[in-house]
Amino acid sequence: MDVGIVSYGAYVPRYRIKPEEIGRIWGVDGKGMGKGLMINQKSVPSPDEDVVTIATEAARNMMARVPEVDPRDIGAIYVGSESHPYAVKPTSTIVAEAIEATPNMTAADMEFACKAGTAGIQVCMGLVGSGMVKYGVAIGADTSQGAPGDALEYSASAGGAAYLIGSEKIIAKINKTLSFTTDTPDFWRREGQPYPKHGGRFTGEPAYFRHITSAAKMMMEAVGTKPEDYDYAVFHQPNGKFPTRVAAQLGFTPEQIQYGLLTPEIGNTYSGAVPLGLANVLDHAKPGDRIFVTSYGSGAGSDAFDITVTDEMKNYKRDKAPVLEKVLADPIYLDYGTYAKFKGKIVMPE
Amino acid sequence: MAGVAREWREIPGRYNLKGTKCGNCGKIFFPGRSFCPVCRRASMGKMEDYDVCRTGKVFTFSVVHEAPESNNLQKPYVVAMVQTDDGVMITAQLVDVEFDKVQIGMPVKAVLRKLSTDGESGIIRYGYKFVPCE
Ligand SMILES: [Zn+2]
Repeated sequence: MDVGIVSYGAYVPRYRIKPEEIGRIWGVDGKGMGKGLMINQKSVPSPDEDVVTIATEAARNMMARVPEVDPRDIGAIYVGSESHPYAVKPTSTIVAEAIEATPNMTAADMEFACKAGTAGIQVCMGLVGSGMVKYGVAIGADTSQGAPGDALEYSASAGGAAYLIGSEKIIAKINKTLSFTTDTPDFWRREGQPYPKHGGRFTGEPAYFRHITSAAKMMMEAVGTKPEDYDYAVFHQPNGKFPTRVAAQLGFTPEQIQYGLLTPEIGNTYSGAVPLGLANVLDHAKPGDRIFVTSYGSGAGSDAFDITVTDEMKNYKRDKAPVLEKVLADPIYLDYGTYAKFKGKIVMPE
Repeated sequence: MAGVAREWREIPGRYNLKGTKCGNCGKIFFPGRSFCPVCRRASMGKMEDYDVCRTGKVFTFSVVHEAPESNNLQKPYVVAMVQTDDGVMITAQLVDVEFDKVQIGMPVKAVLRKLSTDGESGIIRYGYKFVPCE
């Protein structure tokens, strides 16, 4: 049985802030900081947005493109995030209600730093492949926090994408998936703490680069491919610099990663990053295109996917929901004060 | 906890614009009603579930400067009467919009947003607001 993507949808909040504006407040060369990270601007959620509303908008865009799919045929919904609004009370049940998939289904929230969304895709593939469910929904979404003045504040942003996984009328077949996982303490947030902590320079080589290159090489060996066999590649993108470097190390060209790299324009959407990059690739892909995907989540692990776009893409009603280019057009820019208010960084009276 | 139970009953309307339609005269109600005030007895047992269209146009609007506490972070903000594409009039907040761009007749769509929260530890209420769309 072929298992793959039946539909997808993406959402990014409309507000943006630029690194020079953040640097202006903290007495840092923000523009230089942005240049080093390869981040021109990052998305900021409105005060009334959170992972529930972002995941819902992505999921509704996903469903709008497949009007023939009955939401009651969805047997599982997983929302991957590190910023679920409740510590106890699932995001996934609210999203399920908002797309009218309830009640004959299972749901759970996933957590694995930035790869919780791709972990959800893997779980849905298993459920669909085993015949347990007809459709599964996997969503990666975040409204990530960077401590004021910390390097993460220049990148931590908001957005998400949703994937309908099934075995009928698939627009993209997932040929194979595999993962590389170790216990690596490169980034964490303890329960009840507002901001995450990271291991500084330690977050690079032994964490991001080791896991992505290991998973990517294992995948190409398993399916017998080389980088030049792919039309597009998507790598986790905590900034613009890391995915550009890891792609070069593995032998992928800047053209291959161009469409899958959104962080320079929207920042690091954490669990949303690879799902959004893949959504932008699917916005441009045509039948026969081959896509290489490798996510990364701190703590640490990488999920790799080998994907081929099918002929069904010709019949797919992509225009029933806005493509990412349209979602990202016409942003509203914020100054730091408004940004701090939006993100709840200002201590308010009781 | 009575508040939470009431909130829970309102979820279909607040998340998905679930209303009702009179099977006798065809009038649409949002929020949904269990009988039609026009047909009265004749509507008994004939009220059907109805999904109100999520797209529409701004019928009229106003900018709110004195906000309830739950909306302090967004004030001033726009409240609009939206006429949905199937003719239902819904009053809600219009967000993600610059004030000078709000116009009567402007196309909008309903999205799910946070409406309010019960302090730091209480329930988070979600429901419809409108945003500009093409
Ligand atoms: Zn009637």
